[in-house]
Amino acid sequence: MTKVTTALTFLLAIFTLNPAYAASGQLQLRPVDIDLSDKASLQRGARTFMNYCLTCHSASYMRYNRMGKDLGLTDEQVKDSLMFASEKVGETMTIAMRPDDAKKWFGSTPPDLSVISRARGADWLYSYFQTFYVDNKKVMGTNNSTLRNVGMPHVLWQDQGYLQKSTNGNLTRLSEGELTKDEYDEMTRDLVNFLAYIGEPSKIQRLALGKWVLIYLALFFFVAYPLKKIIWDDITK
Amino acid sequence: MRLIDWIDARFPATKFVKAHLSEYYAPRNFNFWYYFGFLALIILILQIVTGIFLTMHYKPDTALAFASVEYIMRDVPWGWLIRYLHSTGASAFFVVIYLHMFRGLLYGSYKEPRELVWIFGMLIYLTLMAEAFMGYLLPWGQMSFWGAQVIISLFGAIPYIGEGLALWIRGDFVVADATLNRFFAFHVIALPLVLLGLVVAHITALHEVGSNNPDGVDIKKTKDEQGIPLDGIAFHPYYSSKDLVGLIVFLFIFSLILFYMPEFGGWFLEKDNFIPANPLQTPEHIVPLWYFTPFYAILRAVPDKLFGVMAMGGAIIVLFLIPWLDRSPVRSIRYRGPLFRIALSIFTISFLALGYLGTQPATGLYTSLAQVFSVLYFSFFILMPIYTSLDKDQPVPQRVTGK
Repeated sequence: MTKVTTALTFLLAIFTLNPAYAASGQLQLRPVDIDLSDKASLQRGARTFMNYCLTCHSASYMRYNRMGKDLGLTDEQVKDSLMFASEKVGETMTIAMRPDDAKKWFGSTPPDLSVISRARGADWLYSYFQTFYVDNKKVMGTNNSTLRNVGMPHVLWQDQGYLQKSTNGNLTRLSEGELTKDEYDEMTRDLVNFLAYIGEPSKIQRLALGKWVLIYLALFFFVAYPLKKIIWDDITK
Repeated sequence: MRLIDWIDARFPATKFVKAHLSEYYAPRNFNFWYYFGFLALIILILQIVTGIFLTMHYKPDTALAFASVEYIMRDVPWGWLIRYLHSTGASAFFVVIYLHMFRGLLYGSYKEPRELVWIFGMLIYLTLMAEAFMGYLLPWGQMSFWGAQVIISLFGAIPYIGEGLALWIRGDFVVADATLNRFFAFHVIALPLVLLGLVVAHITALHEVGSNNPDGVDIKKTKDEQGIPLDGIAFHPYYSSKDLVGLIVFLFIFSLILFYMPEFGGWFLEKDNFIPANPLQTPEHIVPLWYFTPFYAILRAVPDKLFGVMAMGGAIIVLFLIPWLDRSPVRSIRYRGPLFRIALSIFTISFLALGYLGTQPATGLYTSLAQVFSVLYFSFFILMPIYTSLDKDQPVPQRVTGK
């Protein structure tokens, strides 16, 4: 048994040593606490996503009806309140904008967002939404301190208002938005929650199934181990 | 007439089961380290079975590959489970194989008469590396692309034929559709066939000479009247029942990772591989998966590209030579002298350190450390004939000890 413990400790030790590719550089990220089981949050995030993101960005591996099923919405509800870019609920979340046009307008094609949460991580996305600031040197008038010189404008400016970058690098308020800071934090948290959901919709099933598999194996152990003991009785005597 | 008699008259079914299971006598003192061969076989089967189902939905086409993996993750019923079994299984395979190889070093399992068992094992390891390397291209993410790009370009360092060879391997001037398609062919059929053949050879050679054990005692020297080794017990039911317990413990840890952290913090599934391959955008750090990083660190530790490639190749080839580099008559570390114990400890630390350094940027201190550990890595082998002859080994008992 001590060997099993040693092995587990070893596994944990490896896990805490981050490979270079898991670390996110020198950026100070703002941690966000998301919850895939919070359906209300996912639904609010979905609304923000459909209204703001899904005009320039696609999520072309994600189907509307799958989202509806996981978020506790009927096909009709999805159609009426969340589907603006497609006709059928079985379709994936594509957009009408052509990649080449997008590249001309923004400098680079806005990436597909299906698995962006798995490439960037939730904290990065949350920080990204929080750190747009006014920069007159940019064509769009804004820049972002999480993703420097990003071509994307501050789409949520009406909600957050504008921030500016002071000389010491900190972001300070320039103008008020329609939401308070807490409301904006909540809005972006819901959006990140939704992006994390579409990054891996099966995560909900994965976590649900996992505990049953572990319970099964644990029970099986209490059959297999005594069996081994009995069989080995004449060897170990 | 019983069915089994009917079959046995036409096919050696019972004979085979006896020879390899119920009358294959293994030493009775196997310990923790002896689970991993069996586990490797289980993972091989797991990879083949999950691989077959992935092949039913995966598209080896640069325009479709990335999306087809996400299709498996979302739209194929249980596709996410099959894919995670395969991706977690790949890393688990190397964990288990490395522990299995380390066991061989601990107890001298490569020594006479098991040299061929070791050689076949090393060929399996080599094939497995090729299998994993080619498999990692298939999801067609940034790391798939750039990893393959970097590794294949290493062939370009070979004088005269290098560039032509790299071109021939890729089938294009950069890693492209032709490369993806042929890697798919190698990954799903060519290399698995080679692997299966080598595994049969590995086990056949092992069962011809019999298993080693933690004492390194030759159990065939002391037999009873029936010719059964006194310290031997039938693989079935003794080790089959014991391995079943080991399998459950393994599956428990495996499932913990699969269900709760399938990316394993970026070690099993890299973040950058969730960005589709883009030949025009080089990622900041190109890092191979963890099981290649010790050799990657050796490659980068050498300032010259050609010599780096030779060092990396040499680091693997030298493993084949261990049975002849080790001059000690004693197999197990239990009865070896201090020199071998120290050498093996330094080697183990160096291998793990190189593995870590291979994941870090090759700059300043990291490069110097990688150079030090590379020298230590090679010293283990090059100095082996010397320190194993000088070592003060202890007497080996006639019979296996304790448990």
